[in-house]
Amino acid sequence: MKADVSSSGPPLVELKGISKRYGDLLANDGIDLSIEPGEIHALLGENGAGKSTLVKILYGVIEPSAGEIRWEGRPVTIGSPVEARSLGLGMVFQHFSLFDEMTVAENIAVALSEDWNLATVRSRLSDISRTYGLALDADRAVWTLSAGERQRIEIVRCLLQNPRLLILDEPTSVLTPQEAEHLFGTLDKLSAEGCSILYISHKLEEVRRLCRRATILRAGRVVATIDPRASTAREIAALMVGNEIGEVRSDAPHVPQGDVLSVTHLNMSPAGLHGIALKDINLVARAGEVIGIAGVAGNGQSELFAALSGERVADRADAVVIAGQACGSMGIDARRRLSAAFVPEERLGHAAAPTHRLSENTLISHAATEVSRSGFILLNAAKRLARAIVSSFDVRTPEGDPQARKLSGGNLQKFVIGREVIRKPKLLIVDQPTWGVDAGAARLIRQSLIDLSRDGSAVVVVSQDLDELFEVADRMAVIHHGTLSPLKPIGEWTKEAVGLEMLGVAQVPGGAHAV
Amino acid sequence: MTILEAILLTIVTASTPLLIAALGELVTERSGVLNLGVEGMMAMGAACSFAAAVTFDSTLLGVAAGIVAGALMSALFALVVLGFAANQVGSGLALTIFGLGLSGLIGAPFVGARRDPVPPIDVPILSDIPYIGRLFFEQDLFVYASFALTIIIAVYLMRTRSGLTLRSIGENHTSANALGLPVLKVRFLAILFGGACAGLAGAYLALVYTRFWSPGMTAGRGWIALALVVFAAWRPGWLLIGAYIFGAATVLQLHAQAAQFGLPSQVLSAVPYVATIVALLLLSIRHGRAIGAPGSLGSPFVPDR
Repeated sequence: MKADVSSSGPPLVELKGISKRYGDLLANDGIDLSIEPGEIHALLGENGAGKSTLVKILYGVIEPSAGEIRWEGRPVTIGSPVEARSLGLGMVFQHFSLFDEMTVAENIAVALSEDWNLATVRSRLSDISRTYGLALDADRAVWTLSAGERQRIEIVRCLLQNPRLLILDEPTSVLTPQEAEHLFGTLDKLSAEGCSILYISHKLEEVRRLCRRATILRAGRVVATIDPRASTAREIAALMVGNEIGEVRSDAPHVPQGDVLSVTHLNMSPAGLHGIALKDINLVARAGEVIGIAGVAGNGQSELFAALSGERVADRADAVVIAGQACGSMGIDARRRLSAAFVPEERLGHAAAPTHRLSENTLISHAATEVSRSGFILLNAAKRLARAIVSSFDVRTPEGDPQARKLSGGNLQKFVIGREVIRKPKLLIVDQPTWGVDAGAARLIRQSLIDLSRDGSAVVVVSQDLDELFEVADRMAVIHHGTLSPLKPIGEWTKEAVGLEMLGVAQVPGGAHAV
Repeated sequence: MTILEAILLTIVTASTPLLIAALGELVTERSGVLNLGVEGMMAMGAACSFAAAVTFDSTLLGVAAGIVAGALMSALFALVVLGFAANQVGSGLALTIFGLGLSGLIGAPFVGARRDPVPPIDVPILSDIPYIGRLFFEQDLFVYASFALTIIIAVYLMRTRSGLTLRSIGENHTSANALGLPVLKVRFLAILFGGACAGLAGAYLALVYTRFWSPGMTAGRGWIALALVVFAAWRPGWLLIGAYIFGAATVLQLHAQAAQFGLPSQVLSAVPYVATIVALLLLSIRHGRAIGAPGSLGSPFVPDR
């Protein structure tokens, strides 16, 4: 399948038969892709479809196992990012390639290939900032900046090299809707000036807003090249996922009962140098409902999770009440004995110990309850529990009882969620339940969260994925800079309203945070 | 020469090897590599420099041998931690033990030999200033070199392109690699520089400070140099101050012992080491974490190709 784009001359860049093999895994399998001058071309696909591998090859970060790259019709080998930049490629990474303790100007200077001094970097930075409306303060340290501002640094860093092709990897995943709209304006302007853009995303609406051509990857292969405006979101999604995706369903209606979790006037100072303080958090979760907590990354989500789980204790015991028991000063195991369960954001290293087997990993959250006695591990009970989790949550494992690090992201996430859900806790708190997992695993995880709530538990989901929250949550609040908006039924929220709360502009005067 | 002047002069001599070794380690750590082998590299620098100086009757050749010995030791460390991405803490400790042992072997034939003092360089006029004149302007070449090195490293790290590259690599090697910065090459050179400085510091100990060789003569100075880098929050300027504070502690405890302070001499000898622990404690209490530590410090980098 190929959409026809008429143009004179050769395409700016053309990939032919690009393959990349990692052991048994074929991350890219004979990929063909071409981008015309001035075109905004979308690269669509689920997590794990091979998008990131492909752009890393294009940018010279990794070497392809086979295939050819043509630049303006000439075959080239791109051996390193330096060579890529000298050809005219610029890349905005999904996980920013920034240096937190250094200033904006230093972060930009370090990537420039020609000679510079900080004064000229500053003046060119302010020129570019003005031209494209990308406001930046050259002397601020990066760790003090928001995700949107950090992304601007990456974009400005590329623009200073006058790129012919700009690659953006999932650029809106960390942005508010308003920041995203601002980004689209910048991209339109660049495209009009003749700069080609390769836009990597799994968000269909954005792609339809920006691009006329989209290449869709699935399991390392190109499945189609289409005009996203001529196809429905459902058709594109079906191409990405491979079959019609089922929607998450809750058969039983949402019938909330008594309070399971109540948080009142919770304040907490930041744990580290770059942390966020929690300010006057109020939250109630009732049995039988899913509570969603939305927000842009780094607005206090991990701090809130730590305060609710007991990784950090509050100064007042009654700030957190679980199942009628004031437990603000209790540690995490004491809270688990009240039938609460917690799944942190980091799968590997926080929710699971990478080099421990799955059976040993059950100890992390079940030691207090069932798989140890008098300080000794009940090895058989742990193995039985691990097997039960693996089979009821469809965890695909390479062997019977593998080390946690041997599992793919989606399978490990199913395991760490399943490990808690299988206990049927009265309260489950999950941070980023489906971050970076494939669509199938995400659906299974969301369904298990809803099922748990319909069986009479309270579930709190902290997530940056708004679509996910609209799908699973019964009531939702937005966290911004350590303060939580009031909880409202999901039907009363619009995406615009959520976006304003994420930016903190919807706050009532006086309730705003002091810096 | 008054007693006070004499004490101050010995403080300069005691501080200089700490400063030189710590400057080298600072550069290594700023590139993201933790080399705990400073003590071993210093011992090798001391043994090889003394052996070469006695054999060829040349201080210059001795110094060169010390620098080369330190650099070779660090090259071995670089092979293990960069080439094979081995654990840096374990490899560094092994390097210290290896260096202490090998230096004893190399130095064995030279136990009992002595070298003449290295003549000080007198800066005309300035050295006639009362009190501070002789202290600062009639020193040996190493002292001037250590001050110059402090300034050069400070300027290099904060004002040059290559210094920015080195800091970026130490801060976040994944990002640096994605931008195409040569992570392993820069780290290799930084480790070599650290080794050469440790070797030079060892040469200073053997050729200027004691003027003889005895096994284990580094006496924990390599460890103090390591602590100094943390104490100085990875900044060359603070390192200069820190090195002199610790140098002073080393010397003053000797004088305190001579003055019959009433405390057992072992307690007084422990003062510089206790001071190191207290300084680290105060710093981490004040900042809640090791402030200024390079983000990638101590973690091996494996390129993903």
